[in-house]
Amino acid sequence: MTTAREQILGAVKQSLKKNNPSGDRPDELAQRLSDPKANLIPERSRLPHPAQVDLMESMLIELSATVKRISSLDEVPDEVVTYLKTRNLPQEVRLAPSKELQALAWDDQSLLKVSCGPAREPDQVSVTGAFAAVAETGTLMLHSGPEGPTTLNFLPENHIVVLRSSQVVGAYEEGWARLRKAFGNGTMPRTLNMISGPSRTGDIEQKIELGAHGPRRLHVIIVEDGHAETGDSAG
Amino acid sequence: MQSRSHSFKENAREAIADPNIQAAMAKMKVGFTGKRLAAAARLPEFEALRDAARDIKNHSLANLDFYLERYEAKVLETGGQVHWAPTAADARKAILDICERAGAKTVTKGKSMISEEIALNDHLEEAGMTVVETDLGEYIIQLRKEPPSHIIAPAVHVSKEQVEADFRAQHQHLPAERSLSEPTDLVNEARQILRQRYLDADVGITGANFLIAETGTSIIVTNEGNGDLTQSLPKIHIVIASIEKVVPNLEDASTILRVLARSATGQEFSAYTTLSTGPRRAEDPDGPEEYHVILLDNGRSSMLGSEFQDMLRCIRCGACMNHCPVYHAVGGHSYGWVYPGPMGAVLTPNLIGVEEAGHLPNASTFCGRCESVCPVRIPLPKMMRHWREREFERHLTPKSVRHGLGVWAFMARRPALYHRLTGLGIRALAALGRRRGRFTSLPLAGGWTKYRDLPAPQGKTFQQLWAEKQKNGRAAK
Repeated sequence: MTTAREQILGAVKQSLKKNNPSGDRPDELAQRLSDPKANLIPERSRLPHPAQVDLMESMLIELSATVKRISSLDEVPDEVVTYLKTRNLPQEVRLAPSKELQALAWDDQSLLKVSCGPAREPDQVSVTGAFAAVAETGTLMLHSGPEGPTTLNFLPENHIVVLRSSQVVGAYEEGWARLRKAFGNGTMPRTLNMISGPSRTGDIEQKIELGAHGPRRLHVIIVEDGHAETGDSAG
Repeated sequence: MQSRSHSFKENAREAIADPNIQAAMAKMKVGFTGKRLAAAARLPEFEALRDAARDIKNHSLANLDFYLERYEAKVLETGGQVHWAPTAADARKAILDICERAGAKTVTKGKSMISEEIALNDHLEEAGMTVVETDLGEYIIQLRKEPPSHIIAPAVHVSKEQVEADFRAQHQHLPAERSLSEPTDLVNEARQILRQRYLDADVGITGANFLIAETGTSIIVTNEGNGDLTQSLPKIHIVIASIEKVVPNLEDASTILRVLARSATGQEFSAYTTLSTGPRRAEDPDGPEEYHVILLDNGRSSMLGSEFQDMLRCIRCGACMNHCPVYHAVGGHSYGWVYPGPMGAVLTPNLIGVEEAGHLPNASTFCGRCESVCPVRIPLPKMMRHWREREFERHLTPKSVRHGLGVWAFMARRPALYHRLTGLGIRALAALGRRRGRFTSLPLAGGWTKYRDLPAPQGKTFQQLWAEKQKNGRAAK
């Protein structure tokens, strides 16, 4: 008895052989998987690094995200408190269990309640790091792992992302290069989220509404840390 | 889903008489086209990226067996499970087995056209499960017990007043005096209702825009974030994907992603592009404990190597229907099955048979707009013509059409006779119509004059006018 697998693969092979023999050699195909090459990359993001960070910022704003640029990680707790205040949000955040973020002086913020871990209903505000950011389209890359619970990116109505400027790259392909450096070739975290702005829908009469199921607001704090490409993850 | 494709003509007549559908279509046909145009204009490499996307899909299809095997190996390596499903029934059974083994009561779903193709919801509901569509458009049509009318905007035919009425009828535990007149109110209410559903769900089912052979990854592209909540919160994540979704590597997926959202909604990139690989890792604080991929064939392997192979490049952006004058006139439901518009006109006969869906490839003026906007350059009109040829070969075309074509073919092979007869015909029509300038009825042209007048010709055929013009042009030089 042939299995469903053999049935499908057999049918595929037979159809391909019939009319469409592939000229590709098996070793070439294997190489396309073990040593992927970039295809055409748009010129848009081929810029000096500071201009890429500027492009990232303007793309985010176009996507209805908000951006604050600060010069040191130490300023993050202040900025979070200010953000919550100006949006009339409760002074309470769910923080990603990232070493870098946990090490900040949250205790100095007497009004702010900080807890750490995956999101729970009804957490209103999450604060996470990022793995990289792609200036080409203002796209943040966040991955799952001990320092990055995926639920923080989707359950709370407000998502604050702490992004170091060195994490900004031009094109998606540069993001993959960093990912391969961090995880190894052909290896992925369970979830990689590419996030371009807050949640939205156009399903009712094509009128764009923010906050369909994921965050209504996306706030990105860009911390200037030069252009030391490390490929490190902030969680 | 039970097909109503055979009654396309009746479906279309009803849709044309339906003011709600006509109002919705009038709105959608300017919205989508304008946004796509602006996005394409903003990216100088857009046309070259379309070529690259086409080439990647062609390469993937030409080596589909290789990439499927490598993809499967990677999924297994990362702790996921792969279920091969030759038919819709096999896919339904595989999913039902997983859900039953988990004792699932509530199943949430991200948007998946393949789940519509295999009529998954009915099947799970018959087994006593509650199935909740979480994409707002899908949720709306689930409440209305309707199929989607568009592959990326399933409720594009529904007005906000209709959504309000549906929500009031379904969400009766909410205060009756609440305001629901604006899309914002409706979106907020759906958010609130569905939130609890995500948390209650035992199994989350999503589709896949791409599968990546390099890493064993499935990708979903959404704007709402519903797919992410669907796949992150329950214990089990099931991905349902058809076999042609596999591409070699992350770089290849990126290239196609660059044309997908721009072609679909005119966005540079959708809000959420999510790559999922296997179940949660031991050290992960959240995520599903099980990850299953259903690989569905359901007729695709026999499209390979046929004149319809190019159709398997389709990335389901919806641009072809967004730009189709026939879709704009009759809406998506008229097509009678899961896939409407030009891509449906080619794909549907492949999946459910040309006997059932033969009207679809005939519902085209061959204006070519679909092909001109297709991000992977599928020659849709050419393939609709292939279906018309097959219909003709199998004697499925009506007798009157066959006879008409026979007469025309006889004449077309005899140009002298053709020119003489058409010249005579045109002169006769011009003489008859001289007084009113138009005909309100004509023998043999009732199909035309029933809906509009036929302008009376001026007295000469195109070929005669062309010959005169050429002669005058030469004389003038």
